[in-house]
Amino acid sequence: MSASGNRTAANEPAAELQAVRVRYGAVEALKGIDLSIERGRITVLLGPNGAGKTSAVRLMLGLIPPHSGRVLVFGHNARDAVAKRRVGAMMQVAKVPESLRVTEHIDTFRAYYPKPLDRASLIEAAGLKGLERRLFGNLSGGEKQRVLFALALAGDPDLLFLDEPTVGMDVETRRSFWKNVRALRENGRAVLLTTHYLEEADALADRVVVLHQGRIVADATPDRIKQTVSRRRIRCVTSLELTDVRAIAAVDSAERDGEVTTILTPSAEGVVRTLLLRDGSLHHLEVAGAALEDAFIELTSDALEVA
Amino acid sequence: MTSGTFSAVLVSETRSEILKVIRVPAFLIPIIGFPAMFYALFGLLMFGGSGGAAGLQMPTYLLASYGTFGVVGAALFGMGVGVAVERGQGWLTLKSATPMPPLAYFGAKMLVSMIFGVIITLILCTLGTLFGGVSMSATTWLLLLLVLTVGAVPFCALGCALGYLAGPNSAPAIANMIYLPMSFLSGLWIPVEFMPKALQSVAVFMPPYHISRLALAAVGVKTNVLLHAGALVGFTAVFLALAVLAYRRDDGRTWG
Repeated sequence: MSASGNRTAANEPAAELQAVRVRYGAVEALKGIDLSIERGRITVLLGPNGAGKTSAVRLMLGLIPPHSGRVLVFGHNARDAVAKRRVGAMMQVAKVPESLRVTEHIDTFRAYYPKPLDRASLIEAAGLKGLERRLFGNLSGGEKQRVLFALALAGDPDLLFLDEPTVGMDVETRRSFWKNVRALRENGRAVLLTTHYLEEADALADRVVVLHQGRIVADATPDRIKQTVSRRRIRCVTSLELTDVRAIAAVDSAERDGEVTTILTPSAEGVVRTLLLRDGSLHHLEVAGAALEDAFIELTSDALEVA
Repeated sequence: MTSGTFSAVLVSETRSEILKVIRVPAFLIPIIGFPAMFYALFGLLMFGGSGGAAGLQMPTYLLASYGTFGVVGAALFGMGVGVAVERGQGWLTLKSATPMPPLAYFGAKMLVSMIFGVIITLILCTLGTLFGGVSMSATTWLLLLLVLTVGAVPFCALGCALGYLAGPNSAPAIANMIYLPMSFLSGLWIPVEFMPKALQSVAVFMPPYHISRLALAAVGVKTNVLLHAGALVGFTAVFLALAVLAYRRDDGRTWG
């Protein structure tokens, strides 16, 4: 992969949304958001369905115009070919033409760009060695995702969009995919990822942006976001009835999976004290900070809409 | 060829289109097979020995009709159904995120539709020459081929509009609903001269009718070439405008 991260000033944002609103009929998908995507970082966009993630991505890919506000990619209107030449996108496609070979798909996309990566590097980068002559329709789900990754890299992009990229990949393929994405970041590229796997967001993100009901409700590193959640997670094996555990003061929720009881609470010390007093046989006690998933749920619950 | 230019994309898209079509021959059966079958059945078997209309033998007359029928079908299905399917399945969306010039994409689909139009015409001509006693000069053949190829243009535009207005599943049905009645009313199955007066007056409003009249002019029938060519230019303008509107609507540019 050629080092082209310095084509423009390194501090220039890769993409910017400025006071952007998007409306579909009566529904406002984005309610005036500002967002700047930096280079050399992996930014993860999170949000429940309908939060406005898809609209934000479609704007930056130049697929739709905003109703108001500006969408810039490397300083150009995202709808212009000049902007699109520096962008690569991996999106969910219901059906890719199946009767073309892997290399034929790659060459078709390479032709769109003035300075495409050569075919061999793309095959190598996407892990498609040995599959070059295969028809797309004869690939497995994970292999198809890898072809889409190669297509996203075809133009040697400075800004890469990855929309649910690891769907259909097995654990090993997913790990090696993550390695490739991190390598792109080291190379100075901006990466914007949307995913439903919060574990993936936690593993990859330098920055997490949480969208909820068309607004940005959080924007920080994964660790900072997890800290904003006051609740902690207690796990233990206890002989107490679940209903009794739930009745303890400050317990938000308690679930039992097999032997293990998981409790979410803002006051871990108090709850642990009560548990130990009532159940002398309690064992396997663990107290941990909330996972990104808990933070996500808290941030996007409607009770916190004031944000 | 320099990568990233319009012509480079046009060439590579055209190559992909051709590969896709020849690897899934099922697509070719209705597009190439039906006009050839109809011409063989009606032009050769049924009316092969009979005197036709407009002073021509039936095999020659129906060469113009079924040639038009084939070319229109290749354009409507190749262009319309092709675009509707790729748009509906998100493939065109992925391409739209790249700097691919949209006109190169449509141009490639149009070129391939026209190539199929030429193949259909050549097959009909071969059938006519071998089994229908059709005998024409090389210039006449070329002129017929030219008329039919250029005649595909308005239907490529209509196909493009259809591709943006119809969903991937409904597109083939809608294309047939346009194609088959329009072909009948244009006199592509039964010569207009044999139709009741009321239907004959409807034919004038059918774009394929005008192509078939120009095709007949190419094989030596006296027709008002300017009138039919003018009508086709008009239809092309209308279909193009429809295609542009449909494209802009889909592209989110015509919002309030």
